[in-house]
Amino acid sequence: MRAWLRPGVWIPVAIVLIWGLAVLVLGQDTYRETTFTLLMFVGMASSLNILLGYTGYVSFGHIVFFGLGGYMGFYLISQQGWPLYVAALAGGALSGVLAGLLGSAVLRLRGAYFALATIGINEAARAFVSNFGPFGGATGLNLTFATYNAYGGATQALWITFICLWVVTLAVLIASLAVRHSRFGLGLMAIREDEDAAMVMGVKAPQAKTLTFMISAFFPGVIGTLYFFKNGNVEPGDAFQLHMSIEALVMVMLGGQGTVLGPILGAVTYQGLRGYLLTSPIFKSLHLAVSGLFLLLIVLFVPAGAVGWLRARLPKWRKVLE
Amino acid sequence: MFGQLLASLTDGLLLGFVYGLAAMGLSLIWGVMTVINLAHGPVIAMGMFGSYFLFIQAGVNPYLALLPVASLGLVAGFLIYGTAVHWVIDAPHLSSLLATFAVNMIIIGLGTAAFTTSPHNIDYPLGALRAGDWFSVSYTRLIAAVAAVAITAGLYLFLYFTRPGKAIRAVANNRMAAELMGIPSAYILALSFGIGTMLAALAGGLIATFFPFTILSGGPYELKSFVICVLGGLGNPLGALVGGLLLGGLEGIIPTIMPVSWVPVVEFGLFVLVLLVRPTGLFGAK
Repeated sequence: MRAWLRPGVWIPVAIVLIWGLAVLVLGQDTYRETTFTLLMFVGMASSLNILLGYTGYVSFGHIVFFGLGGYMGFYLISQQGWPLYVAALAGGALSGVLAGLLGSAVLRLRGAYFALATIGINEAARAFVSNFGPFGGATGLNLTFATYNAYGGATQALWITFICLWVVTLAVLIASLAVRHSRFGLGLMAIREDEDAAMVMGVKAPQAKTLTFMISAFFPGVIGTLYFFKNGNVEPGDAFQLHMSIEALVMVMLGGQGTVLGPILGAVTYQGLRGYLLTSPIFKSLHLAVSGLFLLLIVLFVPAGAVGWLRARLPKWRKVLE
Repeated sequence: MFGQLLASLTDGLLLGFVYGLAAMGLSLIWGVMTVINLAHGPVIAMGMFGSYFLFIQAGVNPYLALLPVASLGLVAGFLIYGTAVHWVIDAPHLSSLLATFAVNMIIIGLGTAAFTTSPHNIDYPLGALRAGDWFSVSYTRLIAAVAAVAITAGLYLFLYFTRPGKAIRAVANNRMAAELMGIPSAYILALSFGIGTMLAALAGGLIATFFPFTILSGGPYELKSFVICVLGGLGNPLGALVGGLLLGGLEGIIPTIMPVSWVPVVEFGLFVLVLLVRPTGLFGAK
């Protein structure tokens, strides 16, 4: 339990806690919107990191859980009239169960084969939802404006969604910390280093991987529901963008895979950079190329990410940089 | 009904040859260096634009244009290998996936800035081969299929009967042993990557003769290439042609029994299933 007393453990949680509180106290709409986007990516990157960083399995399908969970939650709100909180949890639960079913099959594949299978799952899920009648097919679903009245009007609903997302992001970070500092997490890291050796040492790799996949898939489902509720509509093209999966991968890489602070740093930096490039007059039309160049440089020269790089350079600071 | 099925199947199979050609490069690269080239789609799109500019600006016949497009594809492959892939070849898969994806972003970003995302097309109609009043095949597709077969045959001859080709197979088999036998593996890897992107660019050049395209058009072919590689056996470039035919055939048959929009569900469902049941492909690897 001593691990829980180390400062590094609480820094990531404290950052997000104070950040959200500051936005609530200031009460400005613009801050809320920017923070919503940033927190969403922090949540996505951190939940991806639970799988990617600890077990080393590269998933291009993280967005599937965002999309399907979001669709499910949105369907429950708009068609069945469920309240947001329950629907969001149901969306997450669906993602988790789905990850359990998919994971027990797909996680038998290793390395690049697993990565390929997740690309396939992403495409199959998108195509399936575009054809699935109850989810509105290719046009998707919409919320009527009256739905927001139950939450005290549209403005109030936006604030409620923000608070929910803030709480969920905190929950992701705590889950990530809990995994990292548990015996279970040690098993996962053993799998990352050498799966066969880990199994010989008594790590139940298949169960551990599937459980991790489920934990990592639960949160995107909840976040998806909140996001689509805020937007008021959902459609297949929005819900399953392969590039959003890859952006989440980039954020994790940028900040440092396998650390808790890394994905937060990565998500904020990436979004900041993208925002700057999109608005700068010189790079506006070239923002994708510049981000690509940036990614290439990181992969080639700082493969451990910012936090990983600092941890290797500054051994004394390791307690703080979790 | 039968006539419709036959026409749809012929169309699908002819397209399948080109799909196979598009996937062949991806499969070769995977076979030699176990790298999934996520820059495959943009290279296909570059092939399309290469043919387009040679046709529009210089008036080159789109089939003759395939020669310069192929050489440019080879050079592009060397460049991509040298800048992005070589340094991460022994790193975990995540590094090479992200490095090639970074190249993908760079090409798409530059391409979008230069050509916008509005569709272009090569206007070079050749008419159609007709038999009866329900059966017709356009010559552009027929020529594309023949070209795909010819290129595959060329690749086969190269891999099995020339020294560099044999060296590529040796490196694919066991890089360390090949190195010990005096094969400069870094050059051979670069050459394989170059040939892989060359095949992709050629496929792009052929597709451009019958479909309109944008800089993003390579994406769907990249995804189809993954499916084809897995069907034909990852790392088995010649199997890719069979995989391509299989996929093309499916695309021909499925629309006659269910709505077209279900095609990707079946394709990618099959893809995941094959990966799970026979990760070495339906016909075994190598």
